[in-house]
Amino acid sequence: MALYRSHVLVCGGTGCNSSKSDMIRQRFEEKIIEMGLDKEVQVISTGCFGLCEEGPIVVIYPEGAFYSRMKIDRVDRIVEEHLFKGRIVKEYLYEESLDKDKLKSLNEVDFYSKQKRVALRNCGVINPEDISEYIARDGYLALGKVLTEMTPVDVIQVMKDSGLRGRGGGGFHTGLKWGFAAPNQADQKYVICNADEGDPGAFMDRSVLEGDPHAVLEAMAIAGYAIGATKGFIYVRAEYPIAVKRLEIAIGQAKEMGLLGKNIFDSGFDFEIEIRLGAGAFVCGEETALIASIEGQRGMPRNKPPFPAIKGLFGKPTIINNVETLANVPQIIINGADWFRSFGSEKSPGTKVFALGGKINNTGLVEIPMGTTLREVIYDIGGGCPNGKAFKAVQTGGPSGGCITADYIDTKIDFDTLTDLGSMMGSGGMIVMDEDNCMVDIARFFLEFTVEESCGKCTPCREGTKRMLEILDLITQGKATLEDLDKLEKLAINIKNTALCGLGQTAPNPVLSTMRYFREEYEAHVLEKRCPAGVCKSLLSYYITEDCRGCTKCAKQCPVNCIEGSVKKLHIIDQDKCIKCGACMEACPFDSIIIK
Amino acid sequence: MKTLDELKKIREDAKKNLELRNTDKTIRVVVGMATCGISAGARPVLQTFVEEVSKRKLHNVQVVQTGCIGMCTYEPIVEITMPNEEKVTYVFMDTDKVKKVVSDHLVNGRVVVDYTIGALK
Repeated sequence: MALYRSHVLVCGGTGCNSSKSDMIRQRFEEKIIEMGLDKEVQVISTGCFGLCEEGPIVVIYPEGAFYSRMKIDRVDRIVEEHLFKGRIVKEYLYEESLDKDKLKSLNEVDFYSKQKRVALRNCGVINPEDISEYIARDGYLALGKVLTEMTPVDVIQVMKDSGLRGRGGGGFHTGLKWGFAAPNQADQKYVICNADEGDPGAFMDRSVLEGDPHAVLEAMAIAGYAIGATKGFIYVRAEYPIAVKRLEIAIGQAKEMGLLGKNIFDSGFDFEIEIRLGAGAFVCGEETALIASIEGQRGMPRNKPPFPAIKGLFGKPTIINNVETLANVPQIIINGADWFRSFGSEKSPGTKVFALGGKINNTGLVEIPMGTTLREVIYDIGGGCPNGKAFKAVQTGGPSGGCITADYIDTKIDFDTLTDLGSMMGSGGMIVMDEDNCMVDIARFFLEFTVEESCGKCTPCREGTKRMLEILDLITQGKATLEDLDKLEKLAINIKNTALCGLGQTAPNPVLSTMRYFREEYEAHVLEKRCPAGVCKSLLSYYITEDCRGCTKCAKQCPVNCIEGSVKKLHIIDQDKCIKCGACMEACPFDSIIIK
Repeated sequence: MKTLDELKKIREDAKKNLELRNTDKTIRVVVGMATCGISAGARPVLQTFVEEVSKRKLHNVQVVQTGCIGMCTYEPIVEITMPNEEKVTYVFMDTDKVKKVVSDHLVNGRVVVDYTIGALK
């Protein structure tokens, strides 16, 4: 194998890719050949580094120089200076990675120092399209160990001892799930990887698949051995083309090396994996709906029991695990259950990956030990809210979760603490809101999502959520009464108690939790016809103050011609005609238009 | 794939390449690679260091390049820093000298005094 003196790692995750990281990589390759360095420097496309806010990201080793917000026209200078002459181009580095003039190691940067990477250990470190790099990081060692040294019962015991809980939302114990499926006799059993990540703003699973696809394949084979299945399916959304492509490459390479297929490690164990593409329905993340979709039927949940472990795909015993859950499995097998329990909290061992989004400085992907406080995640890792705005609340668990307010910011995050606060872990989306967010509007946003995604099978979800949305619409338009608020709450509780599947039962959560913590905001909308955060358009009016110099710019911008006034005279907005688009406010050079 | 040993053998080979991305190493070999260094032959010197360090499995050694150190007439210049020890500066390096420095200094801890800047008359 050729040895290189320098590696250029270019982020090839979806985030950086959308800001042209593939063209940056291409330019690196061209320029390196131009300079005659192609025998000395290797260019590699990796998975997500996590700090998406600062993307596209390029890291150059051996120095570990972290170049952020890369642009194509910066490539030539980096090759000429850094790679050719050994002078790091400091002005292009991520600012936080410099300590006075000294380059900090990535582990010392605030964003990374509090993180503990287990599921993401290879993301941004290896080339996901090269199986040898995965093997170099102890890849497939766990599968080898399981097949040559352990019985299926041993494997399940280790998983039970580790206390690993499903990272997809419910938090069910993985070892127990495997234990249910193992004793069931059948001519065929299945292992399914649930990669149908549907929460708005969540991209944990995508990043694992893009950055470390082999970890998922290895874990599925281990699960197959443990429960006696020889076939696996990965159900991944078609909207994740990079993840799908890398999975296909990974499956091909693993087959070629005999790490998937017949008689793996000469143990007599066969395992095959196929990919199934989902069309992007939120409900297909629910396990019984997912199974129906793989079977070629319409993606709709069914009643449980029977649980999939008894009667799953094609009526056979099946286990379904989420991507991130699976990514933990090989590490647990290699390092042992005690190692896994050495971080995280008593009832929720290990780490959790969160996708940080919304009003936060460091948008991106973080992996933290369970039991880390929300404050550490939002301020120390996430860097707080932009523009010095005050933190108001954070939505965890996406449309199935709820919000957690600033009063509870010192809560230690794990499955149980979040549930106690009326939210949930969910798959790990974390959307941060600041003082400018209206909580009624947020609840409306998430409910709109569930109404659109409701599969329509059960009445509470199909009809109930729609009626809830109508009431929320009335509230945001200032047309609701206090009675409506009571009706909304009653309806929410009824849906929670009667919907068929987990998604329907949790759909009212955003409404219930915002009503619980921000009742006064709801009441302001209803009683005073006022939106305290200034978001709900129907409750706002634009006014022109005395500062107006009569420049006429606003009147020219107004799409409905509702601003009257002549040159150098005070202008007036006709409130009846105004559509509240805000174009006048943007156009005003004197900041004399205000919202009230 | 038939045995665990087979997998481990592949792993050892593959590790050599990934070793470069470990930044927690305590011994640093710094090769001057400014125009002066390159024209005096620093690139083969750097490449030989990379190969020798990998061949001898010196997992704790980081080989990096730097710009002009300021003594262009003595290029190729190589500086070696070990934890808790004074920096050693080698001058007029070539690939043969690199091999000796790796075996004597990096492996056995004996500075090759003849090649150092202090030995210059």
